[in-house]
Amino acid sequence: MVKGSDKKVATTSNKVNGSLFMVFLFGAFGFFFWYSWVYFDDYTLPVASEHGVVTDTLFWTTMAVTGIVFLITNILLFWFSYKYQHKEGRTALFYPDNHKIEILWTVVPALVLTGLVFTGLRAWNDITSEASADAEVIEIMGYQFAWGVRYPGVKDNALGEYNYQMIDAVNQFGMDLSDKNSYDDFMPIEMHVPKGKEVLLKIRARDVLHSVFLPHFRVKMDAVPGMPTHFKFLPTKSTAEMRSELEDPEFDYFITCTEICGRGHFSMKMKLVVDEPADYEKWKAEQPTWLKLNPDYLTKVPEANQELAKIKSGLVEGDDNNLKASL
Amino acid sequence: MAIADIHVTEETHSDGHEHHEEHHENFWTTYVFTLDHKMIGKQFLITGIVWALIGGLLSVIFRLQLGFPDMQLEWLRPILGEWITAEGKIDAEFYLALVTMHGTIMVFFVLTAGLSGTFSNFLIPLQIGARDMASGFMNMLSYWFFFVSSVVMLISLFIETGPASGGWVIYPPLSALPQAVNGSGLGMTLWLTSMALFIVSSLLGGINYITTVINLRTQGMSFSKLPLTIWAFFITAVIGLLSFPVLFSAALLLIFDRSFGTSFFLSDIYIGGEALPNQGGSPILFQHLFWFLGHPEVYIVLLPALGITSEVIATNARKPIFGYKAMVGSILFIAILSFIVWAHHMFVTGMNPFLGSIFMLLTLIIAVPSAVKVFNYLATLWKGNIRFTPAMLFSIGLVSFFISGGLTGIFLGNSAIDIQLHDTYFVVAHFHLVMGSASFFGLLAGVYHWFPKMYGRMMDAKLGYIHFWLTFVGVYMVFFPMHYIGIAGYPRRYYSFTNFDTFNTFSDLNMFVSIAAILTLGAQFIFLFNFFYSMYRGRKASANPWQSNTLEWTTPINPGHGNWPGKIPTVYRWPYDYSKPGAKEDFIPQTVPFSETPESNLPHENELIKLETDSDQKVVVVDEK
Repeated sequence: MVKGSDKKVATTSNKVNGSLFMVFLFGAFGFFFWYSWVYFDDYTLPVASEHGVVTDTLFWTTMAVTGIVFLITNILLFWFSYKYQHKEGRTALFYPDNHKIEILWTVVPALVLTGLVFTGLRAWNDITSEASADAEVIEIMGYQFAWGVRYPGVKDNALGEYNYQMIDAVNQFGMDLSDKNSYDDFMPIEMHVPKGKEVLLKIRARDVLHSVFLPHFRVKMDAVPGMPTHFKFLPTKSTAEMRSELEDPEFDYFITCTEICGRGHFSMKMKLVVDEPADYEKWKAEQPTWLKLNPDYLTKVPEANQELAKIKSGLVEGDDNNLKASL
Repeated sequence: MAIADIHVTEETHSDGHEHHEEHHENFWTTYVFTLDHKMIGKQFLITGIVWALIGGLLSVIFRLQLGFPDMQLEWLRPILGEWITAEGKIDAEFYLALVTMHGTIMVFFVLTAGLSGTFSNFLIPLQIGARDMASGFMNMLSYWFFFVSSVVMLISLFIETGPASGGWVIYPPLSALPQAVNGSGLGMTLWLTSMALFIVSSLLGGINYITTVINLRTQGMSFSKLPLTIWAFFITAVIGLLSFPVLFSAALLLIFDRSFGTSFFLSDIYIGGEALPNQGGSPILFQHLFWFLGHPEVYIVLLPALGITSEVIATNARKPIFGYKAMVGSILFIAILSFIVWAHHMFVTGMNPFLGSIFMLLTLIIAVPSAVKVFNYLATLWKGNIRFTPAMLFSIGLVSFFISGGLTGIFLGNSAIDIQLHDTYFVVAHFHLVMGSASFFGLLAGVYHWFPKMYGRMMDAKLGYIHFWLTFVGVYMVFFPMHYIGIAGYPRRYYSFTNFDTFNTFSDLNMFVSIAAILTLGAQFIFLFNFFYSMYRGRKASANPWQSNTLEWTTPINPGHGNWPGKIPTVYRWPYDYSKPGAKEDFIPQTVPFSETPESNLPHENELIKLETDSDQKVVVVDEK
């Protein structure tokens, strides 16, 4: 350990280290290209929403731009290190600055980034714009450790009011039963959405932060207690279509959580089904309303609305023949 | 005139001080409650190393869970006790505690205190030509606040309900409600206490760094002659001074919410079978406050590493750093921008999308000065005469990480692309490369480079090479695969992926990453051995082992308190006169006047010779007073 001196620089170690940079360069890029090429289908998710195609295009455009920069700069870094390793008798070039080239490599990245920013902005503005008036509204609520979904119901197509103080073990959503719109709301155990129709997710959380993530639809939005959020998207492939595309009859879309929420964060999974529009309407009509499943809560319905609640919830047959739904 | 005045007073004062020290030094004043910036720097370094080991070990434990989900971990029970479940698995909540504490420790205790604390303290007085920090006492307090903060954080690892486990970003309501996760009980209280102390330490240090750089530069050391290390430490301290108080306020409000029933961050919560009374608060407010520090924090961690790298690369490429002014300019620009990009961490929090647009624009601008820095490093290597010291290897490694990790920031800064990538392993890969590993390599480069100045001995170079190659390859093996896992949509902070069919195709890759992580941590023991062995048995260093230009190499090999035994040297030139055409050697230290180097002076430098004598006369005038 006490050998060596400061004077001798052109040592074997210097040559070895210089060469190892080239070895690393070829080795690392070899692995990079091999894995990226061979396993492409494993690490890319199929896309099933309209805006997802746009953001995927942006992603791969950015990948192309940054990929080129990544290759060039890393190659230069390791190649310069190798080529300009210490040689006895050579003097380094005293080259403190060059304003022209500095301006060039400031302006060019700025221009490229401007291009990326504006394509990104356009996509972002489209994605976050107002949902259309006839969008299919579905409420999704995160809680420790699952998702709940609530549909507006086929009779009035409007979600009822809620109040977190009305939540109890059965009334998980805190539905306010003095609101007429709540009587036909239903909460299925899996989420269905129609293909080819805009879906507006109304997102909320009951206890801590969660985040709704629909990987195949490129949808992600936090669920925040006390501050409802939303996200709209348009599914383009039904579950059946995706199954045949992937040649996987077991495939199902799903919702998961991407904001740390406690012990069960990793297990917040819910199945999501994309139906053909007709199947979707049929499925909706078949779902029993929450009030029908929990008739005890009729006592919370104001006296004046009792009859209406019974009809809308399907507890009794109403004039708009809904027997079909209650079967 | 005024500046000369200050210097003279300072010198006489410090000289007297040094005299005083010689008579009263004992173990306590030398090694424990020391006022010497060099010893305080070493205290930060050693504490930082201890924390880095703890942080690294925590990561290996959760990598075991991720890479080998079926592994029997019963053998860890003697250490982890109840955190190992009856089935011999890591408890799911403990997993969250592990990632939380790994993040907290690495970001704050290792890469903030360990990096800035070590090198700002050690190098600022030495490189600007000062006897010590502006306030040695505050400097001592800064370390001891950090120490107490460390003790509190360490204690939290051992309590029954476990340490904080809501992620290092401690978003409420999770971090506010003990009923949501056990770690939000006493563990969170200790976390907040520890961080409050940490912020005090950081502010005490930062005020000192800023004051010292502004006021205590030696004769001739104008801002335009400062080494880039000092520029980086100086700007880092300014960023810290402006941003840490905001985290403090966030922590304070969170303490109120947790303990005194306020509702700053809480609203409409039903948990544990009851509806809480809190209404009107906003969890998003906390995120704004947190990231107002959190994003500048990235640069608090990174800039010192970039400063160290600039110095090491110039010295060992035997070339002036290319574009000194552009380097300083990009540090300043990055510092300013770092305050107005924070909400890019919040694109999908439900924040107004228009705000998202603005922050996306500002975020992508920050790529420009970062790109300039990379190009300047490459241009500095070009046509150099490179010596691969271990410090140089780590600096080149840093540049590679900075490129690879920086480029993925362009994806994440784009709000439309971020929708899919947010909180996936892509983010984990991104910040571990650009912030974690790059800064860590800066720290290691600094230790290898300045070890001779710290301990008067050399670290073993060959062990350094081995350490570098294992770590460099290891870091890429750990973090590069995470990009693929992230593109595939794997969310971060997941205890297990076995619930997901779609997410279940990466068990091989995760195993690979875990093995690489264990090997990389293992390689750090080579460094540890080298560090402690060389401290006592290393080859004795010469005065200027790297043939560097900066002032610290003009001090004695083992400088005492006060740094220079006689007068503080005067500075005449910038620190990057390497391989100047015509010069006898390939370096000219900052203390060599232009009048002594007529053979290598550039035309405008010959003009400066006249000023050299002028300034000497000024000193004489002041001395006569």
